[in-house]
Amino acid sequence: MKTFLISAVVVLAVWGGTTAPSAKASPFESDAALPPQSKIDEAVFARLKKLGIEPANICSDAVFVRRAFLDIIGTLPTATEAKEFLEDKDPKKRSALIDRLLERPEFADYWAMKWGDLLRIRAEFPINLWPNAAQAYHRWVYDCLRENMPYDKFVREMLTSNGSNFRVGQVNFYRAVQSKDQETIAKAVALTFMGTRAENWPKEQLAGMAQFFSKIAFKQTGEWKEEIIFFDPAKTGTLVTNNLEQATAAPAKPVEKKKSESSKPAKLAATFPDGTPAKIAEGRDPRAVFADWLISPKNPWFARNIVNRVWSWFLERGIIHEPDDIRPDNKPVNPELLAYLEKELVAGKYDIKHLFRLILNSQTYQLSSVPKTKSPEAEANFASYPLRRLEAEVLIDALNQITGTTEKYSSPVPEPFTFIPEDQRSISLPDSSITSSFLEMFGRPSRDTGLELERSSKPTTDQRLHMLNSSHIQRKIENSPKLQALFSAASGAASKPPKPNKNRRGVKTPPPVNTGPTSEQKKAEVINQLYLTILSRFPAEQEMKTVAEYMQSGSKREAAVDLAWALFNSSEFLYRH
Amino acid sequence: MSIQYTQNKVASVITDMNGGRISRREMLRRGLAGTAGLLMADCWSVRAFGAPSLPKSKTAKAKSVIQIWMWGGPSHMDTFDLKPDAGQDYAGPLKPIPTNVDGMQICELLPQLAKQADKYSIIRSMTHGNSGHETAAYMVQTARKPGDGQVYPSVGAVVSLFKGYSAGYKGLIPPYIVMTQLQGRFSEAGFLGSRAKPFATGGDPSQSKFVVEGVVAQGISEERQKGRREFLQKLNSLEQAMPGNERLAASAAAEKQAYDLILGDAGKVFDLSQEKDELRDRYGKTKFGQACLVARRLVERGVPYVTINFEGWDTHKGNFQAMQRKLPELDKGFATLLQDLSDHGLLDSTIVWWGGEFGRTPKIAWEAPWNGGRHHYGKVFCHVVAGGGFKGGHVIGSSTEKGEEVKERPVYPVDLIGSMYELLGIDGAAKLPHPQGLDVTTLPIGSAADKTGGRLTEIM
Repeated sequence: MKTFLISAVVVLAVWGGTTAPSAKASPFESDAALPPQSKIDEAVFARLKKLGIEPANICSDAVFVRRAFLDIIGTLPTATEAKEFLEDKDPKKRSALIDRLLERPEFADYWAMKWGDLLRIRAEFPINLWPNAAQAYHRWVYDCLRENMPYDKFVREMLTSNGSNFRVGQVNFYRAVQSKDQETIAKAVALTFMGTRAENWPKEQLAGMAQFFSKIAFKQTGEWKEEIIFFDPAKTGTLVTNNLEQATAAPAKPVEKKKSESSKPAKLAATFPDGTPAKIAEGRDPRAVFADWLISPKNPWFARNIVNRVWSWFLERGIIHEPDDIRPDNKPVNPELLAYLEKELVAGKYDIKHLFRLILNSQTYQLSSVPKTKSPEAEANFASYPLRRLEAEVLIDALNQITGTTEKYSSPVPEPFTFIPEDQRSISLPDSSITSSFLEMFGRPSRDTGLELERSSKPTTDQRLHMLNSSHIQRKIENSPKLQALFSAASGAASKPPKPNKNRRGVKTPPPVNTGPTSEQKKAEVINQLYLTILSRFPAEQEMKTVAEYMQSGSKREAAVDLAWALFNSSEFLYRH
Repeated sequence: MSIQYTQNKVASVITDMNGGRISRREMLRRGLAGTAGLLMADCWSVRAFGAPSLPKSKTAKAKSVIQIWMWGGPSHMDTFDLKPDAGQDYAGPLKPIPTNVDGMQICELLPQLAKQADKYSIIRSMTHGNSGHETAAYMVQTARKPGDGQVYPSVGAVVSLFKGYSAGYKGLIPPYIVMTQLQGRFSEAGFLGSRAKPFATGGDPSQSKFVVEGVVAQGISEERQKGRREFLQKLNSLEQAMPGNERLAASAAAEKQAYDLILGDAGKVFDLSQEKDELRDRYGKTKFGQACLVARRLVERGVPYVTINFEGWDTHKGNFQAMQRKLPELDKGFATLLQDLSDHGLLDSTIVWWGGEFGRTPKIAWEAPWNGGRHHYGKVFCHVVAGGGFKGGHVIGSSTEKGEEVKERPVYPVDLIGSMYELLGIDGAAKLPHPQGLDVTTLPIGSAADKTGGRLTEIM
């Protein structure tokens, strides 16, 4: 590991009052040493060493506080939170922050959003859950996350529950598919919980698995769009309910398709995806038999899928990549790492927060995003933290949080449940049918398929247009109730210097050294606050100088608005880094 | 939306849909399946994904499409398929009037359109049988049945893919525009991903200044724009910390394109003060009317697909009051658009496609709470097409006496969309890029194909 103990040239600047940070400071890296802290780091660093790739430096505290907030709770730290962390002298403050964030209420909001993508929580076309069912489903997921339900139980509940789509949220797993035939359901189960695309399997393998889902019945009730999902031992053939919303008031009756040839229930030829035939006792719900097979610690698919996904959620790429395309010929880039995480998850009784903690406390996760090498394999082997644009929801929430503004949401279905108060955060929207043009533009997934790649973080020209020049963003900044005081202070700072005329004369030079201290301090304070609020750090010396120069001419208020605008448009704000 | 506006891409950056970089080796390993998905992100070059590139079809007459999307589903019985003899419970109070084409009649509230009937043809036998907004909107605009596990891209996404940058379109204005809001019924982009979505202008073209979100800013001088841009570049510390980073370069390229649009002249297309007041009045000084004028200006500059999302046709209640209010607005905008396109020599190369997701129940719900309402009706309804190679002055198909069924010559969405693709020179068997590399074509073929009444050869 010696090779990695290279100190950074740059030193993290610790801002104290008005002391200017070192001119060489990079706000992004720390000079801390890089000893492996856990088996994760051992596995990752060993692999990097073998490939001759030097990992990035450890990230700075300023980067870490922002990264941890965004990654764990999808929420920016406030200026105060960021400052407190930066000034905290506790050497264990990073892991303490991780622990605190895992207990924050936003944790469940943010991860319910993530799960909502995979579990396809969408009221309208093509999933057609219907608003109150989508919200019951979301509520259940949210509650599980808040209580940190063990992951195996979480999955088993979804696969085996019976009841009303309005009341037993988790039964909607079986409704959140584009058509409710057993093979489509089997594909959704394989994708979601095994991370594999069953459409590429041999036909018999899929058909064998589909049998476990052949006894699910969907029954309409008298209530509009309510459905009871239950195990029906007497069911024959493939039941297809009408998945399309109907204009007529009468609930559609389930339609039976392809009656099986014999009139009595045929014996199921259910086969587990590993090829083992299942024994299903008469009257037993085959879904339960499948679920028990799935969540067994001996099942290699189950833990692998989730640890690989979780890894990709924090580090962009799966150890097997794409994370939902696990197949024998798609090899893990670091088998030791994968095996270790699987073992830890099972030993930790499927405690997802335990898995989160392991990853978040690793040096690997805490590497800076400034890579030391352009080797194409560096990224695939986690040699630096991956730059990623903020998700649509996280981005708009961050803008709203900083500016103190809100957002209009709309849904094509004017149900009472779909009117969302404007001050609701986007990460807590239950249903992808409730949306805004901003969310659509910034790549929020439609939740049509449950594939990870539905969420797009690609930068596009229209996104840049919107951030740079739309009235939507412009209004948020200019009319911001939260930033107003800073904007006013900026113009006040300029108008109050004791000898304004003297200042005005020095046109070509930067602010004269003898400028009234009050005005300069005030200005510095405004700049500091804007940096801290928007970028969760203090400005570096050079940045301070650039901004001060910009503020020399024209309207001071306008200049402060422009600073906020520029920071919002910087990659540092728009990207996780 | 999000199609990248120019082919000008950051060389050698090949990214997957999540923005992750992928090595060439990995690309090869993924084989064809992955490649389509990868290259799909590659600025939409049709050639790139190895599909049969668009042949320079000699029969391709149309270059652009203006879609007047009647959000909510307009009543066929009160617009282009009146049934004066069907009795009060069906016909309602509106009467037909003659048009400038013998034997072709339309609603009395469409007098301007009556004078333009030689320019368009009415399809009175549109059908798909579905009466739910989302599903019907999907079927009408994709030619696909729902529920096969895929969400296909809309006609607009397909046309702007094939007729956009890969076909030589070079404008800074995105190739797929919707005025002013997305439909919200389904993802217009389907599996093509959010980058294939239309650019929604926002704003209101009937206001004194059409503030197109992102393109036209209010209250920021050009000088300040330029000053800000420079300031931003100086403060972009992350970029300075990692020079040459490919992801940030991609973002910077998008930013450059954005500034080309903000600071350049392309955005003037939205400046309606460049048009004569007399013409603006003829279009009607309404959001819809002025959007029609903007649409003409857009296709004039080569934009291949423009959707005007015209809301307010879901007339469960008070259908006839709604018709009194809205049809004159439709009449002015639509009729003037046809005339104006023709005056500019654009009608021959521009398909104008009018219609919604379905029609409305022929039998009127006179009772409370509907008070003369009409509900959803997918069994039979009207669409109207003009220009781009479609002949005007024809009526295709017909509905039964009371407008309840197709009487003759059913036209399914696939027939209409297939006909448009033919006029646009888009091969129905051409492959679409698919994120998982599935083999999918622009139109359903083989086992995916459903009912068809055949292409609209009568008017092509």
